[in-house]
Amino acid sequence: MRFSFTEEQDMFRDTIRDLLSNRCSPSDIRVGIASDDGRVPGLWDALADMGVLAMLAPEEAGGLGMNEIDMVRVLEEAGYAGFPEPLGEHAAVAVPALVEGGAEHLASAAASGEITCTIGLDAGGPYIVSARIADLLVLEQAGRLWAVPSDAATFTEQPSIDATRRLTTVEFDTANATLLDAASVGMATDRAILSASAQCLGVSRRLLDATVEYVSQRHQFGKPVGSYQAVKHHLANVRIGVEFAAPLVYRAAWSVASPKSVAPADRSRDVSMAKALASDAVDAACRAALQCHGAIGYTIEYDLQIWLKRGWALSAAWGDARRHRSLVADAIGV
Amino acid sequence: MIDLILTPRYLEFRDECRQWLADHKPDGPIASMDTPEGFEQHREWERLLFDNGWSVPAWPIEYGGRGCDLMEWLIFEEEYWLAGVPGRVSANGISLLAPTIFNFGTKEQQDRFLPRMASGADIWAQGWSEPEAGSDLAGIRTRAVLDGDQWVINGQKTWCSRGAWADWIFCIVRTDPEAERHRGLTYILVPADSPGLDRRPVERLDGEPGFAEIFFDDCRVSAENVLGEVGQGWAVAMAAAGSERGLNLRSPGRFMAAARRLTDLARRIGAGGQGIDPRLRDEVTDAWIRAEAYRWQTYHTASRLMDGAEMGSEASLMKVFWSELDLELHATAMRLLGNRAELTGGAPDCVDGAAWLDGYVFALSGPIYAGTNEIQRNIIAERVLGLPRR
Repeated sequence: MRFSFTEEQDMFRDTIRDLLSNRCSPSDIRVGIASDDGRVPGLWDALADMGVLAMLAPEEAGGLGMNEIDMVRVLEEAGYAGFPEPLGEHAAVAVPALVEGGAEHLASAAASGEITCTIGLDAGGPYIVSARIADLLVLEQAGRLWAVPSDAATFTEQPSIDATRRLTTVEFDTANATLLDAASVGMATDRAILSASAQCLGVSRRLLDATVEYVSQRHQFGKPVGSYQAVKHHLANVRIGVEFAAPLVYRAAWSVASPKSVAPADRSRDVSMAKALASDAVDAACRAALQCHGAIGYTIEYDLQIWLKRGWALSAAWGDARRHRSLVADAIGV
Repeated sequence: MIDLILTPRYLEFRDECRQWLADHKPDGPIASMDTPEGFEQHREWERLLFDNGWSVPAWPIEYGGRGCDLMEWLIFEEEYWLAGVPGRVSANGISLLAPTIFNFGTKEQQDRFLPRMASGADIWAQGWSEPEAGSDLAGIRTRAVLDGDQWVINGQKTWCSRGAWADWIFCIVRTDPEAERHRGLTYILVPADSPGLDRRPVERLDGEPGFAEIFFDDCRVSAENVLGEVGQGWAVAMAAAGSERGLNLRSPGRFMAAARRLTDLARRIGAGGQGIDPRLRDEVTDAWIRAEAYRWQTYHTASRLMDGAEMGSEASLMKVFWSELDLELHATAMRLLGNRAELTGGAPDCVDGAAWLDGYVFALSGPIYAGTNEIQRNIIAERVLGLPRR
């Protein structure tokens, strides 16, 4: 029984953090928002060069052979940076589904970054993220997973408040799709929920850091607003929420990464526990961050909006806190 | 690394704990530890634990422990609370004072105090709060003046849990009246039967004399009983405050056991009709998830401590979380019980001997003791987040 990260895992996380901090600033993100495809120029390729897209592909298929424990820490950093592209959908869900589904060529094209993937599973609801920039969609139909080329699907845009997270509904015909017969919908769904949970942690941490910085500088009545207890206690609560959600996310990552030790029902329960607290944490972070910023946080020019909107979206994505508590209640027989 | 499988060594240890507790669990409930007869019954239980090496499993063998690592200690605690055996009347000494004696005590003090604490021969109470020094602990006024090789103590302590029958009181007193606030305080260990020490039980919210007021009137204590250096009492005390707030005082096992009882209660109440109200179902599940979150956060913390990390102000995060979790667990049970929630143990219709009511009343004290949650949130804001003090 050990529950801490190795130095190598920390170093890998730090490398991603540095890359995103240099290449995915709020102004970079705004370039993506203003563009047609929503992408931050060059960043996807940089992540592909570092192997991030191939983390969950086995070494013999040209991947890094890492697991979900490594992946959640990268996704936390993606959330922290506000990275606006479908990293979780592609690297944490589609790549392993293609590998497990036996679609070797598609898996290696996705792992190398040659093609971009997104996903559409029933548990995620009808709106698919970044479908317009995807070359390949991994979609659920009738309880099975299909690899669908984008030209075999039709898209209807569904404009949403987070301009970095572009949504569409998708229709497709299985005639032009590849059945990923051996890939499990349950596993793909749990990976997607885990991915959203990890990003919720990162978004929460960013909102907290940004707000601590702001209230330490902003003065009213002759002193920093961050010196008032009302403000301190809001932010202490955010910190507590993140502190106790994170271990459940790491524990769920271990459960997903340990199919030999953890039965599918237990894995799904662990993932739902993580999402319940991660959604609660990010909701609280959004609420406190906006309140402690005051009117400046309520503007589109101020960068806080990037994480507020991502937080709102991710809190509900793949089931909100109440939905996952209900799933946990079923699992524990309440 | 993350590997959440219990290795055979830990599984064997868990089975050994579980078996011993099942074999030695008292037949019926014993009296509350905050009554004179219950206090002595709980002392006997401590002795039984000690004789079998279970009173302080994480201590070194020479002081009555087993030298368990942190993981084994957490496993022991989980089994202990799940077994439904008596609470620990010696908890204040073992959790709050012992870490300080291990850190700051001389070899003589360790030999003198620790084995008797482990066996229950000496039960300790904490004498820190005063009528005018609660959250503002540095405002302590109880004074001690050195006279030869004895300190002469005058003043008053209050809210002293288990203080009415404890054998010893661990106190912080002011030894330098010229020094300001945190300076000039000294940590001193006082026998409860010292001449000049008088104590008066105070009934708590539940009517039991769980508190005591302690009055010192020229109470003389040997200079050998100072823990750490004279004048360094604040630093010595704060080392223990970290233990009190963090995992030492409230291991997850306690809340996991309460969460399991809560889900059992929800099932029992739901079995009578069409299940429980969906909102209550949501609240029960939320409390259960948070108990698990405390468990895994503690395992994460313990692993990092075993890797060589140190715990500082993060203990305040734990204190707020477990105290509010405990309240949530019990308040949810009270809502499940509806009209029966207010019935005390003697009522014919009471559920489970009114254990939920007793637990609820106790849980209400959690956000107050060991530093109020408002003080903890200030500590989190200033020392963990780095917000300006003023």
